[in-house]
Amino acid sequence: MTELTDVVVIGAGHNGLVCATYLARAGRKVLCLESSDTLGGMSAPRTIAENYHFSGLAHTANPVSAAIRRDLKLQRFGYEPGKAIETIALDLEGRHLTIGANRISGDALSESDAKSYIKFRKQYLAFAKAMRPLFENKAPRLKHMDFADKASFAMLGWNIRLRLGRDTMYEFLRVAAINIYDVLNEAFDDELLKGAIATDAVMGSAMGPRTPGTVLTWLQRLHGELNGPMFVQSGERSQLVHALAQSAEDAGVTIRLNAHVEKILIENGKAFGVKLLNGEVLEARTIVSNADPRATFTQLVGAPELDTMFANRVTQIRGTGVVAKLHLALSGIPEFTGLTVSQLSNRLLIAPTMRYVEHAFNHSKYDQSSENPVLEITIPSLHNDAMAPEGHHVMSINIAFVPYNPGGDREEQQTSLFDKVIAQLGQYCPNLKSLLVDHELLTPNDIEREYHAVRGHWHHGELSIHQSFMMRPLHGAAQYDTPIESLFLCGAGNHPGGGLTGLPGRNAARRILKLGRNA
Amino acid sequence: MNIGHEHFRRALQHTPFHDRIAALSATEDWTGWNGYKVARVVDKLSTEYFAVRSGCAVMDLTPMEKYRITGNGAREYLDRLVTRNISKLRPGRVTYVIWCNDEGKVIDDGTLFQLGEYDYRLCAQHHQLDWLLMSATGFDVHIETETHDVAALAVQGPTSCSVLTAAGFDKLDQLKPFGIVDLQCKGIPVTVSRTGFTGDLGYELWVKPEDALNLWDAVFDVRGLYDIHAMGLDALEMVRIEAGFIMPGFDFNTAESTIRNGHDRSPFEVGLGWVVNLDKGHFTGRKALLAENSRPARRRLTKIVIDGNKPVREAFLYDRKNGEQVGEVKCATWSPVLKANLALADIDCVNGKLPPKLWARLDYQRELKWHTAWAECHVQSKPFYNPEHRSATPPPRF
Repeated sequence: MTELTDVVVIGAGHNGLVCATYLARAGRKVLCLESSDTLGGMSAPRTIAENYHFSGLAHTANPVSAAIRRDLKLQRFGYEPGKAIETIALDLEGRHLTIGANRISGDALSESDAKSYIKFRKQYLAFAKAMRPLFENKAPRLKHMDFADKASFAMLGWNIRLRLGRDTMYEFLRVAAINIYDVLNEAFDDELLKGAIATDAVMGSAMGPRTPGTVLTWLQRLHGELNGPMFVQSGERSQLVHALAQSAEDAGVTIRLNAHVEKILIENGKAFGVKLLNGEVLEARTIVSNADPRATFTQLVGAPELDTMFANRVTQIRGTGVVAKLHLALSGIPEFTGLTVSQLSNRLLIAPTMRYVEHAFNHSKYDQSSENPVLEITIPSLHNDAMAPEGHHVMSINIAFVPYNPGGDREEQQTSLFDKVIAQLGQYCPNLKSLLVDHELLTPNDIEREYHAVRGHWHHGELSIHQSFMMRPLHGAAQYDTPIESLFLCGAGNHPGGGLTGLPGRNAARRILKLGRNA
Repeated sequence: MNIGHEHFRRALQHTPFHDRIAALSATEDWTGWNGYKVARVVDKLSTEYFAVRSGCAVMDLTPMEKYRITGNGAREYLDRLVTRNISKLRPGRVTYVIWCNDEGKVIDDGTLFQLGEYDYRLCAQHHQLDWLLMSATGFDVHIETETHDVAALAVQGPTSCSVLTAAGFDKLDQLKPFGIVDLQCKGIPVTVSRTGFTGDLGYELWVKPEDALNLWDAVFDVRGLYDIHAMGLDALEMVRIEAGFIMPGFDFNTAESTIRNGHDRSPFEVGLGWVVNLDKGHFTGRKALLAENSRPARRRLTKIVIDGNKPVREAFLYDRKNGEQVGEVKCATWSPVLKANLALADIDCVNGKLPPKLWARLDYQRELKWHTAWAECHVQSKPFYNPEHRSATPPPRF
């Protein structure tokens, strides 16, 4: 046995790296174990056909918070958020709608909708801002609050009542738990606009626009906008994980790849180490799991170490992935009807109406995928030409509402899904088929297998109200603690949830440091 | 299932022994237990009581909930379920167990029979299937209710070994307390365990429902040689209090049926700390119990002897006459054998200790007129009644 490690972090996804680095910068001796051969988890780069590069599952991102950038010296390690992009909601007739942070334009857009959009966005950004104390700190407990919890609540109350003002507060309280469908219908007439915002509210969740709680998921997404506009992750500088890895190394984190943790070792209700798949045992004072809480508890910890009700609640965590990722290697620039080449560097959406989105969702409820899939498209090679061979391009597509574990032949399902998406895209981009060099399709089942995300869910658990804040990931394990002494969680399954925010990792590290050396 | 598809026509089902008990019933004093019709008193309470204490009493136990737990993970599963360390349990042995919820509050107690290497039977007074299944998540275990598929008969009392031997059970006298043995009685295969809820020598017989009446007849065939009586629940209540056995759901509220905060009880609070093993590894409720164990006790279900012979039913307890109320009687009986008023009482602790003095305020009727009396109470740590012949092997012959 060599020198005892203070902390073992399981999983070098971005939250694992953020947590490890914070702990190391505070003087802990940290070992970060990653089961795969690359850093970054779901945001780790992927390559197909040798020369076509993708940024993993996260093709777009918002900048991480200024605090994380500062604390982890990310700028010094080359982190630079990419150029701001807008969203173009595609229309079959070519009357596309361009939606930006402070502007909106489209051939068919009415003046009143254009005005409403500016007002609407301002209002919802204010809501997101009001919730900031909740998003950026550990979620306060309702019982046994410490000072930080009280401060978060006080700030939240202050923000909602005084920053928003009375009328806006009433509006906030009215919409916070309802569905985006009703809210958008009240605000707008334009179907393309409503379809686009609704898509942002539900992308990544097994929810349709009419599902309650979709205003909250949209607010969570808008929260990212507070740090800066959305950009396309394309190559080293804009990819958070590159800078994070260097920052971790600089802080003294030891990272081991291909180190697959099979079991968290527990004695007397206290975690004291991990056992790797190859039988190796690594001991540490503190164990932090960046894995899906369901995988952490059911596989790494195991039911014998958990109480009955807690173990059952773990199995009842809702979270089934419904987004597939399609990577296309293209021999040239795809031409979209009604769009110039420069417009193609934006994010393109195929979600022409809310009804269309709801319909696609309905299919997934019954283990089918719609003939009319909801698509989110980026072309990262337009931001960084190193992503593809010269003159060639890569296209990255999120396909919403692809069911997890559909019955039937997998090969056939993959082919049929691919064909559906290409057919749908072809209606907007006629030359696409002729450009296809190669492709990679990751269904929720593939995502589960490749990233150990239970049921292929991006966020390690649905971002529904009953699984948010102090209820995330579940009652009995909030504030990054677990029923197992010295075992903590730091992944997307924890408050405030998924996305490339680094917040769960940062909050977890702060919690562990607060609890002191013996935690 | 032997209930049959006509079961809904009866509010209470008949046990496989019902015909015989009904024929003996002088009182027709029936009650329900887990959906079965059972006798409170068959003939006469005092006869039944003295049969257990000085002869042989036979009681139908079929309504007891019985669960069969099998599979490679059965032991690991049970170790996580119950508070007691069961690693020393072996096939052919029985042990008393309790299980708690996550908060360390008692859900129920029962007897765990190890029938084979990966084969257990858990008997409990209340329905437990939902909790057992919920606890099975993550274990390689199979759980089945066999309440209706196994008929159970308790044969209890000082002469019970002699009665059963005369009835045709061979070598029964070699069976040790908490042992299990498979025997034949007049061609009927019977599983016999030396267990019971009376605090006396006694056996429990487990048979297929279709053999139930033949078994009953085999036992009652030796009635000419021995005094044998069918017993009901009322006599059982008297003898179980004498033995100091507690009844979850009666002496305290069981955890999963408790709505009001603080009305459930931990093992320590009901005097079952001795079946809690905090060092055996994890089990449901361990963390909560560890925390509770580090704090002074808040209350304790306590065996008390109440002075005098006034009948006790419900009574409040005080730290002195007309003093402060410190507890309440949960169950009580006059013990004809000990000539004493016995009770189990839920008593609040002060700094982890029971009050030095305890007084009961007894409200009782005499010819329909209410009276109040004060009686001093004495805490008892051992069972009130625990005769030597209960655990002797071989038991005394009669």
